[in-house]
Amino acid sequence: MAEEELLRVEGLSKTISGTSILSDVDMVVRKGDLKVLIGPSGGGKSTLLQCINLLLFPDSGRIVLDGREVTFRRKREVLAYRQQIGMIFQEFNLFDHLNALQNVSIALRKVRRMSSRQAAERAERELERVGIWEQKGLYPAELSGGQKQRLSIARALAMDPAILLLDEPTSALDPELIGEVLAVIRDLSQRGMTMLMATHQMGFARTLAQEIMFMEQGRIVEQGAPQELLSHSGAEQSRTLSFCSKINELYA
Amino acid sequence: MLESLLAVKNALPYILQGSLVTVGIVLGAMLIGLALGLPMAVGQVYGTRPIRYTAAIYVWFFRGIPVLVLFFLFYFGLFNALNLNLSAIVTAALVLGLRGVAYQSQIFRGGIEALPHGQLKAARALGMSDTRAVVSIILPQVLRTSIPGWANEYSIVLKDSAIAFVLGAPEILSRTHFVASRTYEHFALYLTAGVIYFCLTWAGVHLLHRLEKKLYIPGYSS
Amino acid sequence: MDPSFIWSELVPALNKGLIVSLLLIVPSACIGLLLGILVGFSRTFGPPWLSRAASAYATIFRGTPLLVQLFMLYFGLPGIGIYLTPYVAAVAGFSLCSGAYHSEYIRGALLSIKSGQIRAAESLGFSRVKTMVHIILPQAMRRALPGVGNELIYLIKYSSLAYIITCIELTGEGKILAAQTFRYTEVFLIVGCYYLLLVSLASVGLRKLEDMLRVPGFGKG
Repeated sequence: MAEEELLRVEGLSKTISGTSILSDVDMVVRKGDLKVLIGPSGGGKSTLLQCINLLLFPDSGRIVLDGREVTFRRKREVLAYRQQIGMIFQEFNLFDHLNALQNVSIALRKVRRMSSRQAAERAERELERVGIWEQKGLYPAELSGGQKQRLSIARALAMDPAILLLDEPTSALDPELIGEVLAVIRDLSQRGMTMLMATHQMGFARTLAQEIMFMEQGRIVEQGAPQELLSHSGAEQSRTLSFCSKINELYA
Repeated sequence: MLESLLAVKNALPYILQGSLVTVGIVLGAMLIGLALGLPMAVGQVYGTRPIRYTAAIYVWFFRGIPVLVLFFLFYFGLFNALNLNLSAIVTAALVLGLRGVAYQSQIFRGGIEALPHGQLKAARALGMSDTRAVVSIILPQVLRTSIPGWANEYSIVLKDSAIAFVLGAPEILSRTHFVASRTYEHFALYLTAGVIYFCLTWAGVHLLHRLEKKLYIPGYSS
Repeated sequence: MDPSFIWSELVPALNKGLIVSLLLIVPSACIGLLLGILVGFSRTFGPPWLSRAASAYATIFRGTPLLVQLFMLYFGLPGIGIYLTPYVAAVAGFSLCSGAYHSEYIRGALLSIKSGQIRAAESLGFSRVKTMVHIILPQAMRRALPGVGNELIYLIKYSSLAYIITCIELTGEGKILAAQTFRYTEVFLIVGCYYLLLVSLASVGLRKLEDMLRVPGFGKG
């Protein structure tokens, strides 16, 4: 492919209290890609995303962002690095004591040190982008699940991240609210946002992802274009496909 | 150092006798609070408007005035004016008890209001009178859920009983102060008093916690 | 009741005492709250040794009578060469005691805040300290406010104990006048009214503050 490489992960391993959660994960995300991570729960998807954002520190391995190797020895560097990586959580993790606008503007003010006015203006633009500008004065508890997740996307986007990590962004949502969040993600992807997303939404992955990675027991077992992994051709059924058909049975 | 230890050793039996007085004051106050606080709580939840207002004013009064001022007001003031010749110990138990009514009624009121709705209705549907329903259905549940609040109340009353020092009631702190002003071993002796109070607090709270566990009913959160 | 006694003697004396009481209450409240926040954070997020030391402090000061603590500070400390004036001993005792209680409420509030809040803040590049100051503390203070407010009201009432270690405030002025005139009932009813007023004002103020800081749906789960 012609696009430039944005994020490279090499030999990433993580052990938590004696259990190996990630072992020797390699992966590349190119600029503008939407890359989807699928696989059973407990397979290491969430840990991988948190390691990439340094919310968890990997035991070994390299992370290269935009051609520069990430060092995480100094606190300052970690904080600066995290600002370049947007993170969307399954359970939103919105700041419950702040209204929608403040949720987006607080990091701009306190981390980026923008003036209150600038931060508010920027926050309003982001809220508009995800379609909840009218709810800017409401508190998290007053928003629907879909609005909450869109708000958390706006919060991450406001920091101008180079890449967005999404950890099962629709898993905590009622089925009828999933669509509005996926629409925002699709829109972002079409505008060229680089994203790495763990999800169980197979239809979404099939139609929009440039590449699918199947993770199991802390390893990337298979990866490739959706057409390759999810087609029934070929002698052997792929692990991804058998997993997907199981999921589809469950949700059918 | 050695002198201090010797002074503590000599004074200990005398001070420990005071802990009996302290425990007596606390038990008396807790029982008065229970005996009057429970009906007051019922009155505050189910009573007519005059009853509710009277109770609210009582609670406001006793919760808003320091124990020390209450002691002075009752011991030197009201009881004197009424020609009641009550000892310092009885006054301490009575005043802490009257204030305890205010506190305990709030604990029980909270307990009653936290009961799931429909308990009273179900009891009435079975043909119970309202009094019977409160006594047999509501209060047994409330007493159980009120134990943590009661443990808290115990620890407050125990610590406030030290203020009976100003009345000259021969409880722990008065006796400690008496010995300290003669031996000049203030530091060691007050430390000793602190340890005794600490043990009494711990023992009472621990006891009530065990009671709570014993009365635990599965699925019944307090 | 003798109106001329009340207005020309009692009230002026009590007003003088009230000022001393306020000079006891306000600094103690501020120092106590600050101490409570520090101790509460240490107990919750501190390294094991600090957390244990902070918990021990809170347990000791919550498990013994305030009056014993005041005696220790005023009569006991001179035994090891530390002399405090009655006022300083009172403020120190009130601050230490209420700090212990505050730390309990603040710890409870901190524990009730979900770990996702910290992760979300860190994912946005907040430093540890900034996360605490801008994200955790505002939430914790809201959760702790009812308990902390209650403790402030306790402090108003227990400030009367300063009189026993000879710091003459509201209760002390009353006691002196009552002993001179033998009008105990009148004097202490009026003294009681002063405290009722202070406590009621503080309750109203705290309720206003709670309303002001109220966030829809926050604090229910």
